[in-house]
Amino acid sequence: MRVVAVTACPTGIAHTYMAAEALEQAAKATGDEILVETQGSAGSTALSASDVRDADAVILAADVGVTDRERFASKPVVEGTVKQAINDAAGLIERARDAAGRHPASAGAGTPSEPEPESGEVAGTGFGTRLRQWLMTGVSYVIPFVAAGGLLIALSFAIGGYQITEAPDVTERFDPASLTSWAALANQVGSAAFEFLVPVLAGFIAFAMADRPALAPGFVGGAAAVAVDAGFLGGLVAGLLAGAVVGGLRRIRVPRAVAGIMPVVVLPFLGSLIVGGLMFVLLGAPIAAAMTALTGWLNGLTGVSALLLGALLGGMIAVDAGGPINKVAYTFAVGGLTTGSDTALQIMAAVMGAGMVPPLALALAATVRGSSFSRAERESSRPAWLLGASFITEGAIPFAAADPLRVIPSAVLGSATTGALSMAFGATLRAPHGGVFVLPLVGDPLLYFLAIVAGVLVSALAVLVAKRIGRAPRSAESAPVESSAVTV
Amino acid sequence: MTTELITSELVDLDLVGPDRASVVRSLAERLVAEGRVTDIERFLADVDAREQQMATGMEGGIGIPHCRSEAVTAPTLAFGRSRPGVDFGAEDGPAHLVFLIAAPQHGDSDHLAVLAALARRLMRDEFTRTLLDATDSSAVAEYVREEVTP
Repeated sequence: MRVVAVTACPTGIAHTYMAAEALEQAAKATGDEILVETQGSAGSTALSASDVRDADAVILAADVGVTDRERFASKPVVEGTVKQAINDAAGLIERARDAAGRHPASAGAGTPSEPEPESGEVAGTGFGTRLRQWLMTGVSYVIPFVAAGGLLIALSFAIGGYQITEAPDVTERFDPASLTSWAALANQVGSAAFEFLVPVLAGFIAFAMADRPALAPGFVGGAAAVAVDAGFLGGLVAGLLAGAVVGGLRRIRVPRAVAGIMPVVVLPFLGSLIVGGLMFVLLGAPIAAAMTALTGWLNGLTGVSALLLGALLGGMIAVDAGGPINKVAYTFAVGGLTTGSDTALQIMAAVMGAGMVPPLALALAATVRGSSFSRAERESSRPAWLLGASFITEGAIPFAAADPLRVIPSAVLGSATTGALSMAFGATLRAPHGGVFVLPLVGDPLLYFLAIVAGVLVSALAVLVAKRIGRAPRSAESAPVESSAVTV
Repeated sequence: MTTELITSELVDLDLVGPDRASVVRSLAERLVAEGRVTDIERFLADVDAREQQMATGMEGGIGIPHCRSEAVTAPTLAFGRSRPGVDFGAEDGPAHLVFLIAAPQHGDSDHLAVLAALARRLMRDEFTRTLLDATDSSAVAEYVREEVTP
């Protein structure tokens, strides 16, 4: 827990500082972080705005009025006398912990401008609720990257056609007079933005769990997840791991001399080492092996009905939106293109159609029943329409990361439907990507469109049903912050 | 004249007196003798005024009478140890360690930082234990001075 405190006594000579010392000792004993502003005669370093913003709770131990109390208005506040702090600082810390627990909304990333989570689950402090808050924090930071990268890539397809991904690096060739050059630029900038998806997701999940010291381990773990092709699910693992590791390391008591460099040096260093190491060593090889095995299995599949193959590939595309399983299915489909056989073209069509389904379905679900989604998710539904239409499956990541157990199965269901129908209709596709922008290259576009719509409807319906499972009836928006004031 | 927080002349390891007023006066006389307090009656009145707001006895057998006063020339600590103990209003019994803290009315914050450091030390067991076990006034003064040096 991270606490800020103010101590103040009438003369500002003794008790102000004794109370501060007692609180610091008690916080150290319980492994909490505390910053105390001593409003006494010897002056003190004022708490910075970010100190207050990042705090889980506020302790006011004062026998006189606290200067600038308004800055704590949005925080859980515990009040006591200086004598209470001196005689029972541990008790005040515990009260602060209770207060912080009752207001988990302010315990997360500390972005007061976002009234998240607004899901009406604030009252509970169970692990499930906190887990959802951590994930939502990660998601809320990843959405701008999805939107920026996705829209740029969609734009590049719109003006440059699907071959734009084959364009040379803009650093090598960029002709301001050529529209294709601009499309290539948009595509490459968009791809750069997409590189951040998993690290940002992991970094801010870790940040929500264990504050700033966990940020670097989270980002590093996310980058390691990208390096080993673990996709956004790997990013979720990395983020949660980083938060847990740094949270655990913070509990270790260290000598006063070292304590100062813990948050900026020791915790980021050790956390990054542990999390990055685990991601590379424990996840890297198994994922690579699994991908190879899965690819071999797909290539060896014979005598499977086209319908079943479409459903299988469709489901694989949706399950991890850019992760290892998605990659295997997609690579399988693209690999067939070179043969030019009818089956290969049908498979390509099925895979792309299936990949368009999740973002479209989630956008649809969030539009028809916004109350089942957080505000951040509702906001990401608007770009998701375009991302889905452009076969940028990553548009589903904000939804899937926020609530994987409900969203992923629903997405798989709809994508498998589209994959199977597309195969059954015999739709074909000659381009490896491009979404609606390659519709002219689709054989049987009308039935293909129908297959996609059917999958979108199935997914949207499934996700709306799933969102009702295991959720308490939603109440009003987050309760207003009240302070558990004990009058002096 | 030295302006150290405390000198051996400001330490009384065998503080005698039946009650709070008498031991505070006894320590205040040392402050006067050392030139830290110019007007003992005014100083004692200011200490009393502070004591009336809230008793300064703390758990653990510590009393910290203190004030900011026009009669004080420099931030100073007079320390007394009473074997039988003197009541300073703490709930758990009389005080054996008495810290009379004198702060000038118009001291700047740098000047008063030494008192803040002293107050923080009062919360540390090792500090109070050392003073309880001390046998020599000049050693006590030196120990306290070292402890509060920033």
